[in-house]
Amino acid sequence: MNQKLNARTITNKELFYGHKACGGCGEALAVRLAMKVLGERTFASLPAGCMSAVSFIYPNMAFTSNAIITPFASTGAVAAGVAAGLKALGIEDTHSVGFAGDGGTADIGLQALSGAIDRNDDIIYFCNDNEAYMNTGIQKSGLTPYGTRTTTSPAGENLPGSITMKKNMFEIVAAHGIAYAATASIGYLEDFMKKVQKAKDIKGTSYIHVFAPCPTGWGHESNIAVSLAKQAVDCGLWYLAEYENGEFTLNKNPKEFSSVEDYLKVQGRFKHLEDRDIEIIKNHRDTKWKKMRRDWVR
Amino acid sequence: MKRPKVKKWTEPKTIKDYPMGSTCDSDHLTSINAGWRTFRPVINYDKCVNCLRCFLVCPDGVIDKSGEKLEIDYDYCKGCGVCEYECRPRAIDMVKEEK
Ligand SMILES: Cc1ncc(C[n+]2csc(CCOP(=O)(O)OP(=O)(O)O)c2C)c(N)n1
Ligand code: SF4
Ligand code: SF4
Ligand code: SF4
Ligand SMILES: [Mg+2]
Repeated sequence: MNQKLNARTITNKELFYGHKACGGCGEALAVRLAMKVLGERTFASLPAGCMSAVSFIYPNMAFTSNAIITPFASTGAVAAGVAAGLKALGIEDTHSVGFAGDGGTADIGLQALSGAIDRNDDIIYFCNDNEAYMNTGIQKSGLTPYGTRTTTSPAGENLPGSITMKKNMFEIVAAHGIAYAATASIGYLEDFMKKVQKAKDIKGTSYIHVFAPCPTGWGHESNIAVSLAKQAVDCGLWYLAEYENGEFTLNKNPKEFSSVEDYLKVQGRFKHLEDRDIEIIKNHRDTKWKKMRRDWVR
Repeated sequence: MKRPKVKKWTEPKTIKDYPMGSTCDSDHLTSINAGWRTFRPVINYDKCVNCLRCFLVCPDGVIDKSGEKLEIDYDYCKGCGVCEYECRPRAIDMVKEEK
């Protein structure tokens, strides 16, 4: 029933337009394309974070459909409430969607999301992962990777920036027994749109975790945003996977990884890393992939 | 050009002119983003193979594919260069904006 989603088949109509995100913003691209796949009858709930800050600048409004800013911790709860309201009013053929950041998802919004999944509320939850609290000026979140320089994980003589690894957010969500969950990257846009379409067709809660570079917070040239997101997957520091009917599937399983160094060196946030830090990053990657290849490939 | 347009906006004079609550209309653009640009993407139609990659990857959605030729909405293009970087036949040039 679904035609293949690509540049040719998706609508020309923009449903997220004129926003004030920085040039080359990965999150803005993810929201733009997600809205195109979901369509005009979408009700978007956005917590505090870059995507609400750049689109609701009164009297400017960048969404062409209904959208609301939620308290920071409450994306899952507000989106669930919107879904309940639509149902109570008998408004059909709509989608209630949350677009939250990595901080808004993996840290402060985790319990509201967990509650929504537990109730199997009919919402689609997007985690726009730019690996830090960007809207307030680059603070470390639970999804900031090891070795990242942020304002709350400075790099210096004693510390290599952030000393924790990314939370396994996708697995945390899957562990609820959610109807559908996926990871994605703005470096693989057809794959991302396919997953949005799947989430749209599924009744119950779906979760899409999309990797989205941030030129301002990562310190890279704006023009490489999409290619950097692809590189992250190709070098194994991010992965494309799905969880459906209780099973994990690894969507992309490269024979060989591309260079981690090449990925890190074009970003200011990793400029300080020493060889031993890069070894720690690679070892962590290899452990994770060993598990994924063992358990998620059938 | 099939892209949302900037609307005329007059600053309310008294409190009564403001809408109730913190609500506003959707698709309500009262300012443009053109001033953000240092470089302007220009499509060379002789080299363009119409693959639509630039339309897909533009974070601002300013490339309109509805016409015979692709058209860029320079009111909202920020000059980020993603389209140019991703265009395989190198059909897009980033040209310095003159003041
Ligand atoms: C309860 C509460 N605490 C803190 C803030 C301040 N705040 C606003 S946006 C933001 C950062 C959001 O980071 P993230 O969720 O990763 O989204 P991003 O801006 O990176 O897209 C913070 C800390 C707030 N608005 N509300
Ligand atoms: S700071 Fe980063 S996430 Fe926020 S608008 Fe700018 S590029 Fe996008
Ligand atoms: S990416 Fe380049 S070749 Fe493809 S449509 Fe755009 S300008 Fe033309
Ligand atoms: S320069 Fe950036 S904003 Fe302008 S058309 Fe290209 S991708 Fe879009
Ligand atoms: Mg963030």
